[in-house]
Amino acid sequence: MSDLHANAASYVRNEMLPPSDPPAMQTGAIKWLRENLFSGWLNTILTILGFAAIFFLLKEFTPWFLHGVWKANSLGECREIIAATWGEDAHGACWAVIRERWNQFMFGFYPRELYWRPILALLLLMVALAPILFSERSNKLWIAGGVVAALVLWLSVSYGQFLPVGILVVIAAVTALLGSRGAQWPSNLIWFSGLFPGLAFWLLWGGTVWLPVVAMLGFVVGWIAFRFASTVMGAIVGAGAGVVAAFLWWYFVAGPLVDALTQITGRTQPFWLRGVDSDEFGGFVLAFTIGIAGIAISLPMGIILALGRRSDMPLVKGLCVGFIEFIRGVPLITLLFVASLLLNYFLPPGTNFDIILRVIIMVTLFSAAYIAEVIRGGLAALPRGQYEAADALGLDYWKAQRLIIMPQALKISIPGIVSSFIGLFKDTTLVVFVALLDPLKGITDAVRASIEWKGVYWEPYIFVGAIFFIVCFSMSRYSMYLENKLKREHR
Amino acid sequence: MAIASETPKETFRLGMLVYDTRYRSLTIQVVVMLLAMAGAWWLYDNLMANLRVLDKEPSFSFLWNRAGYDINQTLIPYTNDDTHFRAMLVGLVNTILVAVLGCIAATVIGIIVGVLRLSKNWLVARLMTVYVEGFRNVPVLLWILVIFAVFTEITPQPRDFRVTDEMIAAGEEPVASKILFDSVAVTNRGTFVPKAVYERSLGEIQIGFLPISLNTVAILAVIVGSILGYRAIKKHATAVQEATGVRPKTLWKSLLVSFGPIILLLFALGFHLEIPTLGGFNFTGGILVSNALMALWLGLTLYTAAFIAEIVRAGILAISKGQTEASYALGIRPGRTMSLVILPQALRVIIPPLISQYLNLTKNSSLAIAVSYMDLRGTLGGITLNQTGRELECMLILMLIYLALSLLISSGMNVYNNAVKLKER
Repeated sequence: MSDLHANAASYVRNEMLPPSDPPAMQTGAIKWLRENLFSGWLNTILTILGFAAIFFLLKEFTPWFLHGVWKANSLGECREIIAATWGEDAHGACWAVIRERWNQFMFGFYPRELYWRPILALLLLMVALAPILFSERSNKLWIAGGVVAALVLWLSVSYGQFLPVGILVVIAAVTALLGSRGAQWPSNLIWFSGLFPGLAFWLLWGGTVWLPVVAMLGFVVGWIAFRFASTVMGAIVGAGAGVVAAFLWWYFVAGPLVDALTQITGRTQPFWLRGVDSDEFGGFVLAFTIGIAGIAISLPMGIILALGRRSDMPLVKGLCVGFIEFIRGVPLITLLFVASLLLNYFLPPGTNFDIILRVIIMVTLFSAAYIAEVIRGGLAALPRGQYEAADALGLDYWKAQRLIIMPQALKISIPGIVSSFIGLFKDTTLVVFVALLDPLKGITDAVRASIEWKGVYWEPYIFVGAIFFIVCFSMSRYSMYLENKLKREHR
Repeated sequence: MAIASETPKETFRLGMLVYDTRYRSLTIQVVVMLLAMAGAWWLYDNLMANLRVLDKEPSFSFLWNRAGYDINQTLIPYTNDDTHFRAMLVGLVNTILVAVLGCIAATVIGIIVGVLRLSKNWLVARLMTVYVEGFRNVPVLLWILVIFAVFTEITPQPRDFRVTDEMIAAGEEPVASKILFDSVAVTNRGTFVPKAVYERSLGEIQIGFLPISLNTVAILAVIVGSILGYRAIKKHATAVQEATGVRPKTLWKSLLVSFGPIILLLFALGFHLEIPTLGGFNFTGGILVSNALMALWLGLTLYTAAFIAEIVRAGILAISKGQTEASYALGIRPGRTMSLVILPQALRVIIPPLISQYLNLTKNSSLAIAVSYMDLRGTLGGITLNQTGRELECMLILMLIYLALSLLISSGMNVYNNAVKLKER
């Protein structure tokens, strides 16, 4: 056979030819351009349009950005400087307004000598968030912590309030270092996350330290009652006893106890901070206060509402559905107006409580209804087998939820939950309509109301928008990180 | 000796209310109901006590009093002598106007951007990503305020459009000129757009409080008729194709049925566009669209479109590639693959979140307060509330109307969703 073949073919090549180069049009940059930008007449048109748009935008805005003035005391001065440097017709940004009104954008009308308190609260927030957001040890976390600490130090030095912040930063750093010796860091700092709400409240609003302490003690009392009653009479009665005990504590014990303790300590320094009124809050301090409080409370509330909506008990289900659909059916602005105009109608005559607190309640309720729907979607997406498996293992309702259902349902709904959080943070700007000074409209209007900065529109909007963008964008990136980390399917 | 095999007699003990799963849910519900009723009673009691203190009586009769304030945009006739109720209706119509305009525009832009973001064109996909991320991560209030500032601060004054004889002689161009074939004038006093005018108008009839233009009714009727005729031609062609195997050519017939009647009707009505012209210090003729409406509309549109783009993208990505390949394997052309295979399946994924975006847009239209657009909140929840001091009643009506709007939109879209959803056994 091979002989025959050998004879039949007069010439047989023994070695492979080296592959020849692809045509010049199909290599390197040209190939990339052809494939990605000019692969057809439609794509070519789109590409040209895209480049035209970029060119137009750059042509219009680059000079404006580059001609920006950073040091001036009024818009008029800005314009003079630009005219003197770049010619009469030149346009330019007046970034000086950001520089000059930086404090107002950040703190509103918070007393200047107390700026260290919100700054410190922000730093402690980072410490409190670390165990919640990141469960594993990582060097990036140390770098992030270092950057935040340096930022806070720089901020406090720039406000000449180095001492109080410096001391506390040292304390925080020592605590973190002590905590970091275990392999569990940062998870073992979780106790601080529990403590943080009271601490932040005290730092931001000031007043007596006993108010947050006694309020937080209510949770401890409830927990003790729960442990005690549940060992004797089972979890259901225990939970009821815990709630009742905490409620009794807050309703009957807390008020007199705070008064008595305040009487004893008086206004001595470690127990008393100068009080700050809610209408002195403003700018990003306000936005962050409302946003973070809302986010922290709305998630557990949303989980409870979602469980209630999927409950077998018609009454519980009905109440939850009614609540969720009502809240989702009305705009947040109307709820905020209810908070500012109507809430006093529904409280005992003569009660008047803080406007920021009222707004936080409304924003939280609003966001909780949305989160409940997101989590309900996650619950519905779980295969029926998971519920049945939990039942087959003999787990009771709460154990099944805690160990089997919720971890999976929450994992599925992470993107939705985070976008609700982003929505909530963006919606904090709406508080301007109940006369609070949000950074976007409240503060920029206040800045424009002064003679020096009358008519400055774009720079404040760009600045505030950029900060919102950074915060919201990093939240959405974090949700992607979390999704990736929790992915348990085949990779 | 007791007989062990006898089943123990079921006796009801109080503890079973808590520990027996048969009764537990009942107990919990009773407790919840008691708590809810106690809470509701507490709120009601407080409300009554407060109203007594303030010497107010809940009453809705203020709705029939004279409003006494002007509204700058009225789609239904309104003067300041009308009642608060009518002012409320004007506001409601304004809310609906901006919501409908916003939903339409946001859907169009959202679909285009969502598809372009999936495009193989590197540059366009990146640009669309920048647009989506930029608009999604910034409060919508910012976009409304920025666009409002653009319209009031940057757009030219009406007098900048003036062309004088000296300018023509000197060959100078005016500072500003109208856009879109010299028909739309964007000025700092508002945008002037052409207005439809009918020389031989059919007049209008009054239904309740709403004047309805018979011209519009006639045009709508003819359009509906044309669509039905077009469908009938298609149906006939399909029937012929199924009977004979050859699809008759219907292009001219369907073009004629689609556009013939409406053109004839417009001719009969003497339809033409009234272009805004510069007279004195301002434009006359045409319709003045206020800057507030433009800013609100554009802001809501661009913001919501970014969300819709993501929904559309996710919907298209959710359809597996195998569907396209299977369709090509069956010999179906790309265009028909899109319309018969991909889109029906993608729509199923797209519609539910799209509904909630429409709802969000409608609710966000209450941000009109930022640019003083007189929507429902501006009339009923704003001036009426401040004039009459009836916070409770006004807020109640306001919330109920928004609730009704939301439920209407979501039920309407749910009907559509049921129509396109997967038909299961």
